[in-house]
Amino acid sequence: MAKPRAFDVTTLPGFTLIAVLAFILLYAPIVTLVVYSFNGGNSVNQWGGFSLDWYAVAAQNEAVQAATARSLIIALWASVISTTLATMAALGTTRRGKFRGQTVIYIIINQPLMVPEIVTAVALLIFFSSVKIATGYTGLGYLILAHSAFCIPFAYLPIKARLEGMDTSMETAAADLYASAWQSFRYVTLPLLFPGVIAGAMLAFIISLDNVIITEFVKSAGQDTLPTYMLGQLRRALTPEVNAISTALLVVTVLILTLFVFVTKKRD
Amino acid sequence: MNTEIAIDARNVGKIYGKGSGAVSALGDVSLSIEKGEFFTLLGPSGCGKTTLLRCIAGFETPTSGVISLSGQDITYTPPNERPINTVFQSYALFPHLTVAQNVGFGLKMQGKPAAEVASAVERVLALVKLEDFATRLPQQLSGGQQQRVALARALAPEPQVLLLDEPLSALDLKLRKEMQSELKRLQSETGITFIFVTHDQEEALTMSNRIAVMSAGALLQVGSPHEIYDRPVNRFVADFIGETNFLSGTVDQGLVRIGTGDALAVSLKDETGAVTLAIRPEHVSLRPNGAGIGARIVETTYLGTDTHYTLALIDDSELVARVQSNSADRYTVGDTVVVEIDTQAVQVLKS
Amino acid sequence: MSSTRGPRSKGLDGWLLSTPALLLLAVAASGPLIIVAIYSLLEKGDYSGVRWVLSGEGWFRVLFEKDIFDQTISLADANLTIFWRSVKLSIMTTAITFAFGLPTAWFIATRPARSRAFWLFLITIPFWTNLLIRTFAIMEVIRNQGILNTFLMHAGLISEPIQILYTDTAVLIGMTYVYLPLMVLPLYAAVDRFDFRLIEAGYDLYASRWQVLRGVILPIIKPGIIAGSILVFIPSLGAYVTPRVLGGGKNMMIGNFIELQFGQGQNWPLGAALSTLLLAIVLVSLVIYTKVSSREDPNG
Repeated sequence: MAKPRAFDVTTLPGFTLIAVLAFILLYAPIVTLVVYSFNGGNSVNQWGGFSLDWYAVAAQNEAVQAATARSLIIALWASVISTTLATMAALGTTRRGKFRGQTVIYIIINQPLMVPEIVTAVALLIFFSSVKIATGYTGLGYLILAHSAFCIPFAYLPIKARLEGMDTSMETAAADLYASAWQSFRYVTLPLLFPGVIAGAMLAFIISLDNVIITEFVKSAGQDTLPTYMLGQLRRALTPEVNAISTALLVVTVLILTLFVFVTKKRD
Repeated sequence: MNTEIAIDARNVGKIYGKGSGAVSALGDVSLSIEKGEFFTLLGPSGCGKTTLLRCIAGFETPTSGVISLSGQDITYTPPNERPINTVFQSYALFPHLTVAQNVGFGLKMQGKPAAEVASAVERVLALVKLEDFATRLPQQLSGGQQQRVALARALAPEPQVLLLDEPLSALDLKLRKEMQSELKRLQSETGITFIFVTHDQEEALTMSNRIAVMSAGALLQVGSPHEIYDRPVNRFVADFIGETNFLSGTVDQGLVRIGTGDALAVSLKDETGAVTLAIRPEHVSLRPNGAGIGARIVETTYLGTDTHYTLALIDDSELVARVQSNSADRYTVGDTVVVEIDTQAVQVLKS
Repeated sequence: MSSTRGPRSKGLDGWLLSTPALLLLAVAASGPLIIVAIYSLLEKGDYSGVRWVLSGEGWFRVLFEKDIFDQTISLADANLTIFWRSVKLSIMTTAITFAFGLPTAWFIATRPARSRAFWLFLITIPFWTNLLIRTFAIMEVIRNQGILNTFLMHAGLISEPIQILYTDTAVLIGMTYVYLPLMVLPLYAAVDRFDFRLIEAGYDLYASRWQVLRGVILPIIKPGIIAGSILVFIPSLGAYVTPRVLGGGKNMMIGNFIELQFGQGQNWPLGAALSTLLLAIVLVSLVIYTKVSSREDPNG
């Protein structure tokens, strides 16, 4: 596209300034949070030199350890379950043309993205509290079930996108070359789909790890995850310990996202 | 060449959809393809040639009719159980597999031992001259190389019939010419029956043993390139293959009288009444004067070795003549000339 | 044309493969919503929960209250304040995120192809970062001893800290901060598809920059604007974490009010009625959105 240098049509007055401001405003608070997690002082109000003390305090806190373990167990289960179910659903709903009820399936799968989380949280509180009474079981199962459910759309979307970008001629070619339906899936569809599956699992993992509201309502006593623990620790100001945990979680998120970009980009 | 039948299609029809929305893609096609033949399905897009190919491959099930391979009914055999392979228009190479893995895929799926697969891959890659590219991924190859991999992959399991779905359409002209002779060589070396689909009449004429011309889901004519070119059975075939002039006329005492009143001594069989004459431009010659059909030059197009003259006859019908450019007489627009038609080469079509 | 299977098996396979996911969602997401609707029509239990007696009390209490002594009915002012605050803050959040979001999306979409991915990634990080952490980060900035007040006092602009935390303004700042990426991403998708030759055509036909923005750009990216607004408005209306952390209990929004009914308030039918109401508002906005966007953008 030939654009005149003197009069750039893609520039609108003030837009660049506001955009740069938006990026600064988005990152300044996060950077502050990260910087203060390395504060050596006892008070959050004063900078007491660089130190990793608060990370050590957090790491030695048994409640934090337990909450971290719980968060990871739930996130792992939730990402495995939701990704498996989402992969099946994506295989069912894409690349076979339109069929009766397809829209209904889309709506149900994406429902957690549409319903306000507080409403789902309340609904699960009501439902699971009666199940807890009826069965006597109060383990992590409820949290895993709830997390798996709301992670499904996050796992489903990248897998579906990947499948839609894949050519059905691959399976046609496999069938032409003597592959049975299972062989075609095993040697052609699945390897080609794999980056999408990994991407879906990573998003599901982040979403589960970050969840606050539904976890807060569904958990039984003593089942704090890292986010609900942090919410519970909230006072007039953040404790430096919570700052440190937040930073650690932030690093995990950024790492997974970078990996996600890598996995989904590698394709072409 | 022996005359054993490889593929036999009997009354094959294919209808998509149901009720009022139904579309007939293929209507009652019957044809036999001999073993070892280079057979071409030729027609414009949407004529049903690809549908017929997909029915033979097993990707589509015909709505009616029977398809058999070496006398065996395969109409409902799934594609992965037919000893028939396809070279896809888009190549459909597996992007996650190397060239060697792509070529060995069919044999692996058939459960052949690894050593046998490896030696077959090596042999077929040598056949298409891609020995050095075995460990590359498809996206690291050029279009022409990908084309060869697709070919090698379809040849490796040694199918009885190889189907080629417009495989050269994505290549540029020079590469296409190369691949055309490459395909002919491979076909004669392997002796495998090739069924080739194309909309390019020139490609069909140069490559095939026999051609089937299709239009609107129907088979119009099957024959050798010579038969198809020289003796088209109807106006569509004559028009689709090469360039053709059409003059309407009436049979009158063993001659055909055209609109200008002139009578042509074309070879007639039992035609009577109104007919159409199909005349190739190269069978029309021009003289500056003398007896014959009078015409006026309307347009001249210089084509290098030949020159095209568009002529208006006295009844305003149009005729195109193709004349060698180095012939003594040159004409310009507006000149009046006398037209001579090689009546032996004229094909008489029923109107 | 592309399927190797018959048309009849398509739908069946689609449903069979989707069934496990649909079952889980029915048990742990969609199904319980029906229970909420039912609970809203039951009588409040003595301690918590419900008594299985049909009652309109839950819905009645959404808007009205009865005096304990003389049983007179009056509008529940406290509830109305919460509703008004929720709607007002959600609309303001949507407007402010749009004001920042459009230039940001425009900026990203007009970067060269190579650096565009980088800028987009910078928006994606906050998008996927824990909402609680981002709320904490804002809290750090605006609290009385936070960097904002410290900076302003050092600069001599103010003599004592401005109380921002635990006000409606704090909630507004927090929600704007937290939901900005939700506005930028759909706007970016719309601007990215925008054909910049149309702007050239606009200028060619004597439009000023402002006229090009109003008359060419905004109408064409309207589906993106609607999508972004819906994506910000819906979670704002149902926000829970941000008002809880930054509003400090006093400045409740609907989400916190709902939670209250299941916590200290011990009025499950009222909580269920509020949840159903919130759900209904969201669903209606979504239906309007799909209607509008399918009319605006026939190509999907």
